[in-house]
Amino acid sequence: MTDALIRLENQRRLYTGLGLVIAIAILVSGYQSAESLNSGGFVQGLSKFFDYPSQIVREAIAKGPEFWPLFPRFFPALIETLNIALVATLIGGLLAMILSLAATRNLDVPDRLIPVIRRIMDIMRAFPELIIALFLIFVLGASPVPAAIAVAFHTAGALGKLFSEINENIDVKQIEGLKATGASWIQRVRYGVIPQVLPNYTSYFLLRLEINVRASAILGFVGAGGIGSELARSIGWGDGAITSALFLMLFATIVIIDQLSSALRRRLTVATGGHSA
Amino acid sequence: MQVQALNKTFGSNVAVNDISFNVDTPQMIGIIGRSGAGKSTLLRMLNRLTDATSGEVIIDGRNILALRGKEKRAWQRDCAMIFQQFNLVPRLDVITNVMLGRLNRHSTLKSVFKVFSTQDIEDGLAALDRLGIAEKALERVENLSGGQQQRVAIARGLMQQPKMILADEPIASLDPLSAEIVMKSLREIHDRDQLTVICNLHTLDTARTYCSRIIGMRAGEMVFDGPASELTSDVAREIYGADEDLNEAVTSTSLGAPHSVPSDVSHQSTANPAAI
Repeated sequence: MTDALIRLENQRRLYTGLGLVIAIAILVSGYQSAESLNSGGFVQGLSKFFDYPSQIVREAIAKGPEFWPLFPRFFPALIETLNIALVATLIGGLLAMILSLAATRNLDVPDRLIPVIRRIMDIMRAFPELIIALFLIFVLGASPVPAAIAVAFHTAGALGKLFSEINENIDVKQIEGLKATGASWIQRVRYGVIPQVLPNYTSYFLLRLEINVRASAILGFVGAGGIGSELARSIGWGDGAITSALFLMLFATIVIIDQLSSALRRRLTVATGGHSA
Repeated sequence: MQVQALNKTFGSNVAVNDISFNVDTPQMIGIIGRSGAGKSTLLRMLNRLTDATSGEVIIDGRNILALRGKEKRAWQRDCAMIFQQFNLVPRLDVITNVMLGRLNRHSTLKSVFKVFSTQDIEDGLAALDRLGIAEKALERVENLSGGQQQRVAIARGLMQQPKMILADEPIASLDPLSAEIVMKSLREIHDRDQLTVICNLHTLDTARTYCSRIIGMRAGEMVFDGPASELTSDVAREIYGADEDLNEAVTSTSLGAPHSVPSDVSHQSTANPAAI
């Protein structure tokens, strides 16, 4: 008995040690191959790391009182980015809801349909927003519309996955109760499923909205408009004052949305946490 | 209603084996038997929650087991079902739950936007009032006791304006007092509205007290069908497949002495001799 335990323990140590060696080997070789491709060196570049930020801060300070009007000037661009995020999250969320309901067992969905819908969601989730946006901007031209479609597409897959995990845990008794009254599928979903899942759906929806604001800002760099485009332009032209103003606005917005949504989500989970039924 | 050669198999397991019986006039029928005897499956087949393997159930000249889609849902509306676990929507308030009994009569669009008519609200309150819980109308169902929830479920059943009520172990998760209230409500609905009520029960004394006709099931087969008065201890042993030591008093849920019958109910059944 003791021998067996010691043998097991030694085996465990051997595996841990091997794992550690492999991890270190990957890190070292990765660094070396990246270093060999760099034009400069990583260590030499490190000292210049703070040069650019300090330069744009200096330029912003040099602007003096002229700096503040930059905020209202770029406010419409910020709104445009938020709009892309909101529209995309709403459309994507709605699509996610439909897809996830159609991929739930115990809901009288044909058995063969469920894996098909799940794979569709996997595929939608697998494409990053940036790739879809690049493709759509090429096809539809540079505007917020392809950006919103790209974000909505990815959101439908990502939220759909989270929603279907919620759906897996629903209480089927109430759905059966409605079925026994002669309620149709849509009516059963409306009254048997939605009241159960809505608080959790909302929580994930808000989380996704947060993520999508960041994604929409990034899409500006590939021509989707909004604050990302302005940022790309000002960095390209070397206008440090505008760059730092845009950075500040984006940062403040993301912090505010982050705080708002986590406060809301906390309230949602507190309000419903007490009831297990 | 004519039930003819009804069968249900799950894989190689026979849940309901060749059950036939007729119900010609409104009756209060109790189905008794051990757990797993096929009682629930039988009721679920009548309500079409579970599809039968073979057999027919003829009501008003049509086989309700062959109904599909809209017609099937209309039949489910006509045949209200009460569950052991109530199967209400816990997060919604009582009156909304009761009005959900009208879903089948509502268009999809109306029900998606939760539009209920004044008539629905009035009828819902009347149904709750009939079960003595109108004052709970605005409370969330999840805050109610089990007995109250079961009465809400019966009120929802009444909102369906059914032709028949099926009750699958309606009192199995209730305390004795609530159980008595629920059984009396079902009996009152049978007496006043002249509806057939079919009720799966665990306890013999409840079946004897409230039902005029008893069907006994054992391992999927019907082993007894007769008036409640013929349900002797010997018959009960046969149904439950038990030895001599089947002691009714031990499992009884009635209040007071196990063999005394609640006075007003016995009064009802004498005033209203079993409608067979």
